[in-house]
Amino acid sequence: MHDKTLTELAAGLAAGEFSSRELTQSLLARIERLDGSLNSFITVTGEQALAAADAADAARARGEAGPLTGLPLALKDIFCTRGVKTSCGSRMLDTFTAPYDASVVERLAAAGAVSLGKTNMDEFAMGSSNENSFYGPVKNPWDLAAVPGGSSGGSAAAVAAGLVPAAMGTDTGGSIRQPAAFCGITGLKPTYGRVSRYGMIAYASSLDQAGPMARSAADCAQLLGAIAGHDLRDSTSVARGVPDYSEGLDAPLSGLKIGLPREYFGDGLSPEVEGAVREAIRVYESLGATVREVSLPHTHYAIPAYYVIAPAEASSNLSRFDGVRFGHRCEAPADLIDLYKRSRAEGFGEEVKRRILIGTHTLSEGFFDAYYKQAQKVRRLIRQDFLDAFEEVDVLMGPASPTPAFDLGANKDPVSMYLQDIYTIAVNLAGIPGISVPAGFAGGRPVGLQILGTHFAEAQLLNVAHQFQQATDWHLRRPALAEETA
Amino acid sequence: MQWETVIGLEVHVQLATRSKIFSGASTAFGAEPNTQACAVDLGLPGVLPVLNEAAVAMAVQFGLGIHAEIPEVSVFDRKNYFYPDLPKGYQTSQMYQPIVGPGEVEITLEDGSTKRIRVHHAHLEEDAGKSLHEDFHGMTGIDLNRAGTPLLEIVSEPDMRSAKEAAAYLKAIHSIVTYLGISDGNMAEGSMRCDVNVSVRPAGQEAFGTRAEIKNVNSFRFVERAIAFEVERQIELIEDGGEVVQETRLYDPEADETRSMRTKEEANDYRYFPCPDLLPVVLDQAYVDHLRDNLPELPAEKRARFEGELGLSAYDAGVLSASRAMAEYFEAVKEVCGDAKLAANWVQGELSGALNREGLAIDDSPVSAAQLGELVARVKDETINGKAAKQVFQALWHHEGDSADAIIEAKGLKQVTDTGAIEAMIDQVIADSPAQVAQYRDAEPDKRGKMIGYFVGQVMKASRGTANPQQVNALLKEKLDALC
Repeated sequence: MHDKTLTELAAGLAAGEFSSRELTQSLLARIERLDGSLNSFITVTGEQALAAADAADAARARGEAGPLTGLPLALKDIFCTRGVKTSCGSRMLDTFTAPYDASVVERLAAAGAVSLGKTNMDEFAMGSSNENSFYGPVKNPWDLAAVPGGSSGGSAAAVAAGLVPAAMGTDTGGSIRQPAAFCGITGLKPTYGRVSRYGMIAYASSLDQAGPMARSAADCAQLLGAIAGHDLRDSTSVARGVPDYSEGLDAPLSGLKIGLPREYFGDGLSPEVEGAVREAIRVYESLGATVREVSLPHTHYAIPAYYVIAPAEASSNLSRFDGVRFGHRCEAPADLIDLYKRSRAEGFGEEVKRRILIGTHTLSEGFFDAYYKQAQKVRRLIRQDFLDAFEEVDVLMGPASPTPAFDLGANKDPVSMYLQDIYTIAVNLAGIPGISVPAGFAGGRPVGLQILGTHFAEAQLLNVAHQFQQATDWHLRRPALAEETA
Repeated sequence: MQWETVIGLEVHVQLATRSKIFSGASTAFGAEPNTQACAVDLGLPGVLPVLNEAAVAMAVQFGLGIHAEIPEVSVFDRKNYFYPDLPKGYQTSQMYQPIVGPGEVEITLEDGSTKRIRVHHAHLEEDAGKSLHEDFHGMTGIDLNRAGTPLLEIVSEPDMRSAKEAAAYLKAIHSIVTYLGISDGNMAEGSMRCDVNVSVRPAGQEAFGTRAEIKNVNSFRFVERAIAFEVERQIELIEDGGEVVQETRLYDPEADETRSMRTKEEANDYRYFPCPDLLPVVLDQAYVDHLRDNLPELPAEKRARFEGELGLSAYDAGVLSASRAMAEYFEAVKEVCGDAKLAANWVQGELSGALNREGLAIDDSPVSAAQLGELVARVKDETINGKAAKQVFQALWHHEGDSADAIIEAKGLKQVTDTGAIEAMIDQVIADSPAQVAQYRDAEPDKRGKMIGYFVGQVMKASRGTANPQQVNALLKEKLDALC
């Protein structure tokens, strides 16, 4: 059961081949057996999962089952879940139990999905390797010496290892697409505003977006339909109808105009990754698409602009973690300033502190214009690059990451780690949607093809990704886990 | 040397929305600590603000009320600083693009002259919670009920030149916001708070002196006293060869002095930046026009109308338009009785006297405007005389009856104007007072006028106050003079 897609599992449940309880039990047992070496979960909520599975089975028996009823999944530990520890990968929230459900959690539960638990992540979603978690690094199921990517590394690894058929991630600069690429699964970052951010612990509010990570584009379509839509509790969520994302999956691609951004195929791109991506593009040509080179001239400003805007917002968003109302509080504070200083010094990890310091600095009097305002101008230029490109082509394609998954501990220098996100980060600055689909291997580690579309073009991206998955079988490959083969 | 005082005010007005500016929690005053703070107010991880439309409407109404520019777009910014009663570690405010642009407020000075005070802008922001230092033995309690309460901060230009002008400006703002119904204006509960910027300069000098900001002055009286103290302090300092430093000071009403809180060097860097959780507020013209068309009559217009159309004196018009509650009460009385001057006399006389004696606000008057209106109507149509009217008022005040008519009926206070009945009472009094009649007869004619008072009193007493005093007077004089 563990290597089936959501769509296949849904069919099995509908046909009565197994119950949601049986499916849930089987996956819980698999997590128990395998996650010790992967570390993809921070919290497994077995009891709640079985209760939800029973409720789903009962709903099915009453004839009230929807497309997600009884299907198991996992949630990145950034989503607040009522009565369940919600740590955001941080010591700061190690003791925090959320008193409410995030909108995404609420919508998935309403659709009948069964959450098996909360997945590991880089602390406060800051990282590209999952090495920044208070709960320890996550291992890549394809190679335990490799990172799974980040920050949604736990979600990606859990799906790749068959612990869950799907998981929710969040993407601020590539945190869904890059781990999806590293773990050989499909991950979609929707348009900014497509999915409510309410209850998603904020890293950089103008960039954060939740999205599905699963084994196929068709599964992502199913999940996006469940979580997308306007939410009165999030002013930045967009009041715009939610299409049936599954409906157009089978549309043929003849005439599709694909643009290849020149800047995404330059220095620093691993030849093997480039080879896999170019091979994937040949598949598209064989499906009737035409390909041309385009330019996104401001691409090289994306990382600097991101590392002004995201830390600025983060420095403010993370101010609430002050030891006063919730989260970590230091022992025996001498006074208020001591309480603040030690609670935050003890509660936050190195990368989080680094970004808080960067953000505090760039927002300071005398620096605000030079950094923040300038970065916002760059952001508009980057967005315009994409809009100009989409005047010429329907979608853009390129690698999700310059290299396949690197070894744990390989990127010690923060800047070399930041450069990992070179192909994903501009997408968040522009607010457009992007999807990463498995497109081969380099040195035994998966390669992701990134497909980008214009604002609210999720249906088109899913169609383009699905057609690729109809023509290839990269997304069906499964890692051979040591414990299984042993 | 002659010194000139320069004053600018930042007035924080708590808006009378039912729920908070960014959450659905109630804004009611006085609840148990932390019972009116929801997840958003607590700044829990993951929560997001949603702007309360009512707060926007109120801010715009204020802007229209001071003839201000209303920009099409305004933006919320985060003001970042750490404080235990500031749950998110930032206050959501408007730094760069406020909702209300430049406007002006007319103030009336003691000599009756008026002056225009320019308003630089007004912006929306959320209030913080409260730190409670008592009862916690070396610790601090935090009450977040107030956190997220909508505030309109109204920032004046440095246009005031005396403590009196500052107080008059504050009163004018109070009057406008209560007229608009956008705030209860209750200063004791903190619905209006004020920061005062004060500086002095030699008379005739154009450049401003260095200012001190006095924080959180929360009554009209304290504003005057705090400024008076601060002006004296600054002048003394300069005359002694010292220099005023730019700093934040606190007014201590007990000691009646201001004290330094922090200097400019110690000031926070608030790291303002646009709040990414809130969209810019875009006001379309139709929305602003709709609010403008539905603005109530404001104090200045009302005062002019009371004087011009109703024929009240400038003084009466000023007093009766000073607060919306007073004006509405007066107009309701006038509506029922149909006589503006009588209504004005009764509201300012008997009613205000009784309210002042008991320390009540007009909203808490035991006598409703409808009741007083009916009473005044009975005075006007001479159903009762002035003396009986005061009795009826007292009875209404003490809830001895529901309406003036019912009390007049029950107490038999209806004025007796039947000449026959009055004559009968007069005859009886004359018959019962032979000694006084004899005195009257023996008195010089020019002394008799005074002596008639005794007989009037007796007749009124006999009628239990209901006889028409003019008639009694006339008839008595006639009958007594006939005896002489």
